[in-house]
Amino acid sequence: MGENVINIKTGLAEMLKGGVIMDVVTAEQAKVAEDAGAVAVMALERVPSDIRKAGGVARMSPPELIEEIMAASSIPVMAKCRIGHFAEAQILQHIGVDYIDESEVLTPADEEYHINKHDFKVPFVCGAKNLGEALRRIGEGAALIRSKGEPGTGNIVEAVRHMRDINNDIKRVISADDAELMTMARDMGAPFELLRIVKREGRLPVPLFSAGGIATPADAALCMQLGADTVFVGSGIFKSDNPEKFAKAIVKATAHFDDPAIVLEASKELGGVAMRGTEISELDEPMKMANRGW
Amino acid sequence: MPEPVIGCLALQGCVDRHRPHIEAAGASFKAVKTAKQFDEIDAFILPGGESTTMLKLIENFDLWDILSQQFAAKPVWGICAGSILLAEIVENPAQKSFGVLPVTAIRNGYGRQLESEIIAVDGYDVSFIRAPILTKPASRVEILHTRNGEPTWIRDGKNMASTFHPELTFDFPSPMHSMFVEIVKKTATA
Repeated sequence: MGENVINIKTGLAEMLKGGVIMDVVTAEQAKVAEDAGAVAVMALERVPSDIRKAGGVARMSPPELIEEIMAASSIPVMAKCRIGHFAEAQILQHIGVDYIDESEVLTPADEEYHINKHDFKVPFVCGAKNLGEALRRIGEGAALIRSKGEPGTGNIVEAVRHMRDINNDIKRVISADDAELMTMARDMGAPFELLRIVKREGRLPVPLFSAGGIATPADAALCMQLGADTVFVGSGIFKSDNPEKFAKAIVKATAHFDDPAIVLEASKELGGVAMRGTEISELDEPMKMANRGW
Repeated sequence: MPEPVIGCLALQGCVDRHRPHIEAAGASFKAVKTAKQFDEIDAFILPGGESTTMLKLIENFDLWDILSQQFAAKPVWGICAGSILLAEIVENPAQKSFGVLPVTAIRNGYGRQLESEIIAVDGYDVSFIRAPILTKPASRVEILHTRNGEPTWIRDGKNMASTFHPELTFDFPSPMHSMFVEIVKKTATA
């Protein structure tokens, strides 16, 4: 197909805009997510906060668990593979998941190379902390970017940092003249041709979602106002007091992120307290997931 | 006559991609979420996205009856998820719908994302993304395109449905957007 149409992999991401993608670990949770209005679910063995607690090596979820969640869902199902673990990705594609997340939440399999995502028919989402990282992943074939945040912490500070960094980098690129672009490409480690597209379009060439620490309706509204097209909520829903109500309230706040009256309403419908959360400085360096990948 | 205003229901899904098509076809575009905004538009696009999500939000915000009245009075075009919401019957699984179009929609009729593809319809590239299949249209329904014998683009008087996305293509306007704007203009003068 010509250049004249958005790639079919990114096309699905366009359809997920304005929504909430929820981490689920069972088919029952997938039903709760779908009934609450999730646009997609992420099928996992453990949510990020439990991955932190469990320690050890975090790998792709068991295929039979992913298949069970797919059978229970009418909405798209995503699943995670380890950074650089293209054999796990091949399995996930063979299962038929709708999106693969090459994710820093799992223990990286390759510290040098990410997956060459052009080799796959299934679309990939990858995390990024700044524009250079986002464009490297897009260069490798990612169809969707999410800000990394710090998963499993219930602490929004890193997601905000990464959204702001990506936005600020984009502003710099827009105001740069053509001669400066190559130097920026060198400094950011970003593919030059993709930087030219960012300058021309004034935004990333694929949708930008937010992830990593979203725990309340207000967190979701904050990320959306910082320019996210959609939010991923991991531990924030099923580690809260009342997953059903939290899920519904976060969907509501995301749809009307720019209307404080509705975000207020959603914030009063939680039926319990949010996950406890973790201060980032309490994390040991190896457990800072955002620093995985490059 | 001033340009008609086409509203796109913006609770969730692919909204802004319609703007350049609608403007190139000679109408104004407005994203709408609330009952007050519905009164300011002449026609609706129900966009692509997740039909279950839109359904929950419509119910959560008590918009069901208001939208039913709006759809009775104004032209509406349902795209992919939007066509599911407009169908009379929904299968795989069954879910509530507005019943504006006399047709049955089978969700994810072609399968999952791996079966998504870009196909030319009347020489114009469009995207089928986890698309539904429309089947059993009433005899009065005008079939504008078929794939494997099942309709993918239909018209019933002032209303239209397509199971594919013309809005992801950068030739403005798409033939589908042009036709819808024509329908809206004719409905306004009728």
